[in-house]
Amino acid sequence: MLKDQDRIFTNIYGLRECTLAGAQARGDWDGTKAILERGREAIIDETKGSGLRGRGGAGFSTGMKWSFMPKELGDRPHYLVINADEGEPGTCKDREILRNEPHKLIEGALIAAFAMQAHAAYVYVRGEFYREGEALQRAADEAYAAGLIGKNACGSDWDFDFYVHMGAGAYICGEESALIQSLEGKKGQPRLKPPFPANVGAWGCPTTVNNVESIAVVPEILRRGADWFGALGRPNNTGTKLFNISGHVNNPCTVEEEMGIPLRDLIEKHAGGVRGGWDNLFAVIPGGASVPMLPKSLCDNVLMDFDSLRDVQSGLGTAAVMVMDKSTDPIKAITRLSRFYKHESCGQCTPCREGTGWMWRMMERMTAGNAAVSEIDLLEEVTRQVEGHTICALGDAAAWPIQGLIRHFRPLMEERIAQHQAAQASAAE
Amino acid sequence: MSMDNSAAEQPASFAFTPENVEKTKAIIAKYPAGKQASACMPLLDLAQRQNEGWLPRAAMDHVAEVLDMVPVRVYEVATFYTMYNLKPIGKHHVQVCTNLPCWLRGSDEIAATCKAVAGVEFGGTSEDGMFTLSEVECLGACVNAPMIQIGDDYFEDLTPESAAEILNILRAGGTPKSGSQSGRHTSEPSGGLTSLNEGEGA
Repeated sequence: MLKDQDRIFTNIYGLRECTLAGAQARGDWDGTKAILERGREAIIDETKGSGLRGRGGAGFSTGMKWSFMPKELGDRPHYLVINADEGEPGTCKDREILRNEPHKLIEGALIAAFAMQAHAAYVYVRGEFYREGEALQRAADEAYAAGLIGKNACGSDWDFDFYVHMGAGAYICGEESALIQSLEGKKGQPRLKPPFPANVGAWGCPTTVNNVESIAVVPEILRRGADWFGALGRPNNTGTKLFNISGHVNNPCTVEEEMGIPLRDLIEKHAGGVRGGWDNLFAVIPGGASVPMLPKSLCDNVLMDFDSLRDVQSGLGTAAVMVMDKSTDPIKAITRLSRFYKHESCGQCTPCREGTGWMWRMMERMTAGNAAVSEIDLLEEVTRQVEGHTICALGDAAAWPIQGLIRHFRPLMEERIAQHQAAQASAAE
Repeated sequence: MSMDNSAAEQPASFAFTPENVEKTKAIIAKYPAGKQASACMPLLDLAQRQNEGWLPRAAMDHVAEVLDMVPVRVYEVATFYTMYNLKPIGKHHVQVCTNLPCWLRGSDEIAATCKAVAGVEFGGTSEDGMFTLSEVECLGACVNAPMIQIGDDYFEDLTPESAAEILNILRAGGTPKSGSQSGRHTSEPSGGLTSLNEGEGA
């Protein structure tokens, strides 16, 4: 189990002062100027060297992403945009950073922006997080007043502005190009890539979009060193991670743990175990709504990191662990997610706009068993036709949970259909 | 969503109050010069707050004028995002999350309770104008499920009893305590800390 001394988010529950003074007492904003004085390349190299992979779901190297920005400032300014549009079902980690650890995010934003030669960062906070947006703005006001950001931030000669931008309710704005569209005051519909944001992003300027958690861990990595972060977890899956454990556990919670912690340890040591004991476990969705579910047999030994979960045909995603005990109807559970994706499809690409509705309606029939067994194959085929055929990954995200259900629980779906047919037959007699 | 959902009766005009005009200037100043369209969403929110929680067409037109945008661009935004209400709503907008993590923790019962206490179905407004009830997608408080949002506040770790009590307090004109209703501070495990408990230095 991770030692407290290796935890980055020491006030993740807000049990201590969230103010600037409180944050500084815990080590935030310590030696920030000296970090900036190391220079851009050193900051990017150290971040790359730590192995930090983006915490928003895709798991791409954060330092590498930064290095895609133009090396020289041209006539277009550079921007850092921080994705706080947290809405992946199961996920509530960034919320705790915004309200309880805002200074880690602001300090990280300064460092990241400096490394990419951006004079401004925009944090796109989902509109429903109104109180969290207020908390972040309060912290930014404190940082401005203390000279930590603004003109000559931390005495570094670098001017840096930090802005909070509130969304207004649209899951799709968590997709980086939709987020940029939304930041520009438009409907949140994803853009075709290329051009990539590092070339043409917000207002047509070079832009990098990072997740809240990715940015918030950067100051501590630079203070303690890439080797410290890299020694935690497993190769290619380094560091610590915020996990959200929800659903059928005794004590649902958020906790920072080491990457690669066994799923069972995570649930039993922090969340009080599965309701009714480990043997009452039915399935787990290990990384937010978009990743395929795992039956108990795979949960027994799987490790919680990018590569381990990929190896069992699922994913770490946002590390939002949704636990389902044996009382759960998995078909109904996945149907609820299908309804979500239908609701959140932006309507731009036909396979997603039409496919999410079709898949949801079919899943409603599967829940009732009111289908033919051959339609399970048809459903699977349709998910394959949506997957990979849309501008953004929402189509994939809608397809994968259904694929996971069919892969692991097809006999249950067939049984449901047989039950329905038997009931129909006896009613007809 | 579309304008089809908008209110049949629309006010003829809308203008920001002098106080809100100052706020619009501060909001617009956050964005690069010439990119004032970025202020569209926050200005629509400001207009909605000024107009008792809903956005009439006149407010969209006013925002378009303030930001030098073609009105249809503002309509597109106002109809795309779920938090803009295109028709009048009750004094308290009660939004019940029924997505998977809340459902696993009993959101069906919370929804039934809210419907019974408010006396309306999802999408409706109670006769006394006190509550508008909505079913919403994941609000991002999943380890504190089941939960609802009322106005700007989250009410978490609900039971049917605590949900009913919250609505009854609001109906009586009171202010219920927001956040977790089960006694925990935020998202720490309710059985006692399993981390950040190795002494004061943590």
